[in-house]
This record gives sequence, structure tokens and C-alpha cells, in this order.
Amino acid sequence: MKPRDWAWIAPISLLLATWEAVARTGAFPPYLFPPFSRVLVTAYLLTANGVLIGNFASSLARVLVGFALGSLAGLGMGILMGYNDAVNKAFHPIFSILMPIPAVGWLPLLILWIGIGEALPITIVFLCSFFPLLYNTSTGIREVHRDCIDVARTLGASKREVLKTVLLPLALPSIFTGLRLEAGMAWRVIIAAEMVAIPSGIGALLVASESLLRVDVIMLCLMVLSVMCLIFEKALLFLERRCVRWK
Amino acid sequence: MPRIELKNVSNFVLRNVNLDVRDGELFVLLGPTGSGKTTLLKVIAGLVEYEGSVLFDGKPMEGVPPELRRIGYLPQDQVLFPHMDVASNIGYSLRVKGRPKTLAEKRVDELLGMMGMMHLKHRYPKNLSGGEKQRVALARALASDPVVLLLDEPLSNLDPITQQYLRLELRQIQRKLGITCVFVSHDLEEAESMSDRVGVLFGGEIQQVSTLSEMTFSPKNKTVSDFIGALNILNCRCDRVLGGLAECDCDGKTILVPFEGKPVRKIAIDPKEIVIATEESDIPLPRVNVFKGEIVSIAETSSMSRVEVRLENGVLLTSVVAKETCRSQGLAEGKGVFIKLKLKGMRTSD
Repeated sequence: MKPRDWAWIAPISLLLATWEAVARTGAFPPYLFPPFSRVLVTAYLLTANGVLIGNFASSLARVLVGFALGSLAGLGMGILMGYNDAVNKAFHPIFSILMPIPAVGWLPLLILWIGIGEALPITIVFLCSFFPLLYNTSTGIREVHRDCIDVARTLGASKREVLKTVLLPLALPSIFTGLRLEAGMAWRVIIAAEMVAIPSGIGALLVASESLLRVDVIMLCLMVLSVMCLIFEKALLFLERRCVRWK
Repeated sequence: MPRIELKNVSNFVLRNVNLDVRDGELFVLLGPTGSGKTTLLKVIAGLVEYEGSVLFDGKPMEGVPPELRRIGYLPQDQVLFPHMDVASNIGYSLRVKGRPKTLAEKRVDELLGMMGMMHLKHRYPKNLSGGEKQRVALARALASDPVVLLLDEPLSNLDPITQQYLRLELRQIQRKLGITCVFVSHDLEEAESMSDRVGVLFGGEIQQVSTLSEMTFSPKNKTVSDFIGALNILNCRCDRVLGGLAECDCDGKTILVPFEGKPVRKIAIDPKEIVIATEESDIPLPRVNVFKGEIVSIAETSSMSRVEVRLENGVLLTSVVAKETCRSQGLAEGKGVFIKLKLKGMRTSD
């Protein structure tokens, strides 16, 4: 790793140190603003008794399943819409109406339609992942220069080969942008869904902690959420760099 | 290699185009922007819809998809696939046609060697110069042994020196392989250096098809004449040959013209290649092809002035100069001037 890769350590350390120092001045009641060290101890205790791991695993599984299904469906539909004008003309108006609706906005309707259970958060994450990837994939394909397609055709590529060897590779940067955007969003909506309607997961733990005045647990949950968003984004960025070396 | 025929081809741009490109010929298609040159290439390639008929060696191409027409196509922009390195770009057609990998690699190396680009094999397009990109694109077009090469202003974005070099290279390759080639351009100099024949397309219609020399001396209509620059045409008699030059008598004035081994009876002079000055001392040396005259009229466009000069023998010549030059020299109607005819701007015909 280069020195600049560690540059984030200093400001984060400073923030944590300031947090610790301010909390220890006694200016705020410890139950409302616990020091960072207290959050660390809580993290250890909740990990040891399985509460944190259990809730985290529930949220992670929902995000992964919803994200994977939503991405695959968005990718497939995006390819169809990007490649085929007729499909695009038929579906673009419909998706244009549905896309601006925030994923959490679907929650009341989905509670009535599919009930409270594992399918609910997965469906919410699915919706949150589907639309951005659909949009970015179809836009990425449609923005490929017409000459690239024409050249590929005259060089002997069938329409399917043009899609496989030219359109999809050239749409990859746009697809990855969609994936990175939705990865963070998936964590945000899963927390919201768990807070409102699901009795397990990081979101549910947040709500329970609030009623028990466990600010240290709330802070821990927020830190877990932040770290997971970052990990997802960095992982996708790494993957993008590996797949889009030509950019 | 096939003869290409277009019969009554029309679409959203083209209007009843009839064209015959001969077997192994390098045909230059000239025309201003928006005249339909690119569309015509795409019609031949089967990339756009059209009415009428396209035939390769008499065989109708309607219903034959672009990938089966055995065409090499070089567009003006986006010439290379940005996500593939040079070797992958060149070998693309072989891969999609399912040729064995070893044969494909051998062919790619052969083409890289032929074009002197072996050192670029693993570079991505973003790391190539404009000239290198065009040469890789040409190698890619040649990789699958096309019978027709369609080139859409492939050199227009390059610097003049690279353009000149690539024109030569392209012409040599086309002659060596005997490929029928349609080359789109809006540059007369390019057409002159490369073409067997040229066609002028304007408003989606073919205006004239001939050699550039025929077009220069006998433009079929005003559109063609305006496009090729309304050259000054002089009738003359040339009796003496001095090496690479011929001494011609044009209405009593002796003019030296480039001699190409053929009899000369007409001279075409490009108005942009006539130097004009009010003082003889301002005319570049030597004092050859220098004549005295009087300005008859000056017509101005946005940046240029067309100055019509009557020589002492009554012959009218038009010179095109920058508006600024016209002002700084104080050129005005009725003023006496000296003109010099540059050899570069002359073409001859029998």
C-alpha cells in the first residue's frame, strides 16, 4: 500500500479521540453521549453474546439476496431496453413513473401485499437495486457510439456478438456506477425497513436500543452500517478497476 | 474483387443514386458536410435502410446482413474499440468468425508486421496517436480479407504530415491487395492524390462521376464547379517542353505549367494559388508566370475576397485572398496589380 492509502487514519483517529475527550469531560450525561471506549466495550459484549452477530447476519443476508436479485433483474431489463428500441419504447414510460418513488415508500403497500416476513425487506432491497441498475445499464448501452456497433457488424459480428463483445463491455463503467450507488442505498433501506416492520436485523436493534436508552448500542449500529456501506462500495470499486482496465 | 453497383438507391438522405464502382478501383466520393456521403457508405455496408438495389458483381445484396458482405469499414470517429488492446482490435473479426486461435494470432502478427506496428501490440487505444489508431483500424479492417473497403474520411482528424504519409500507405495497400475501395472525403487534394475516379454527391444526389481532371475541366453543372472551386480555365498551345515543365502560349502570354508527358491544351488554375500584389517587388522571385493586370471586381465572403483581374491580353483571372490581405494591400477596383501563378495550383488537360 502507498502512504496515501493510509491518509484516512489520521483524521479518523482525531475524530475518535475528540469524541472520547468530549464525552469524558462530563458535559453530557454518559447515557446520552457515551465515550468511544464504551462503544468498543459494548461491541465486544454484543459480539460475545451473539446479539450483534445475529442481527448483522440477518441484515447482511437480506441485503445480499435483495441486491443480487435486484441487480440481476435490473441488468437483464436494462440490456433489453438498451438494445431493443421497441422494448425501450414500451417500458421506459412505465419505469420513468416508478423509478422516482423512494424504495421505503413502497413499505406500507408491501406490508399489505406480502405481509411482514423475510420477503418484505428482500423485496424492498430488490426495488432499491433494480431501478438504478436498469437505468444505468440501458443508458450505458444506448450511449455506445453508433460507429462502434457498425464497425463490429461489418467485421462479421452478429447482433448477439455485438452485444456480448462491444455493448456490454463498453457499458460496464455505467453499470458499475449503478452498482456502487445502489449498494450503499441497499443498506440504508434495509435499516429503514427493519426499523419499521421487521423484528430482527441491525435496524430492529436500533429501534430496541432507542427504547432502552442504549445510545452506545445505537452508535455501534450506526458504525456497523457505515463500515458496511464503505466495504460494499470499495469492493465494487476494486471489481470495477479489474474489469474496466481500459478506461 | 467485386464491382459495386447502386441502382436507384433512395432513403432518408439519398435520392435516386445510381453509381458504378469498378472492380479494384479506389473511388473517392466527394461532397460537402451533410450531402449523404456517410449514408451512401452505410447503404453499401448494409447498415441503413434503403430502397433500390446494391449489387456486388451483379449479385443483389438486399437481405445480406453486414457481417456477411465481406466489408472493411473505417468510420471517421471511434475507429477502435476502446476496451480492447491493439492485438484484440485487429483480431476481432477472426474471433467473432470463430477462426482457430493460433491462426488468428498468426494473422494479427502478420498484419502488425506489415504495418510496422509490432511494438504497439498490447497497447490500448487511449495510448495511441491519431495516426497509429487509423493504421490499427486499417489493419483490423484488412484482417478478415474483405473484398470491399469503405473508408469514411479516415484521415480528416490527423495532422497534414501524417495525412500525407497515410494516404500513400493506404493507396499502396489498396493497389497491392486490389480491393475495391470507396473513400469518402471533402478534400480535393486528398481526392487528387488517391483516386482512380471521383464522384460528387450533393443534396443526396450524385452530380458527376469522372476522373478529377475531367471534373476540373468539364464540370457537369454549377454545383460541381462551385464545389471544386470554380477554377480559372485557360485554353493554350504548348510547344516546348523544358524537363518537367511545358511552355504554353495562352492568348499571347507565356505560362510555364507542370508537364506530365501528355499534350496540354487547357490549364486549370486554382484561384487560391494566385499571388496578387500592387508592387512587382512584392511578388516572390523568380519572375516567372508573373503578369500585369487591373482589378475588375472584388467580391467578399465572410473571410475571403475574390479578386477578378483582367490581364493585358484581356484574359480574366480570379484570385482568392484573405480579406485582411486584400485590405492591407489596398486592393480596389480599377487598381493596377501584378499576379503570380503558382505551379502548385495548376492542372492540365488535353
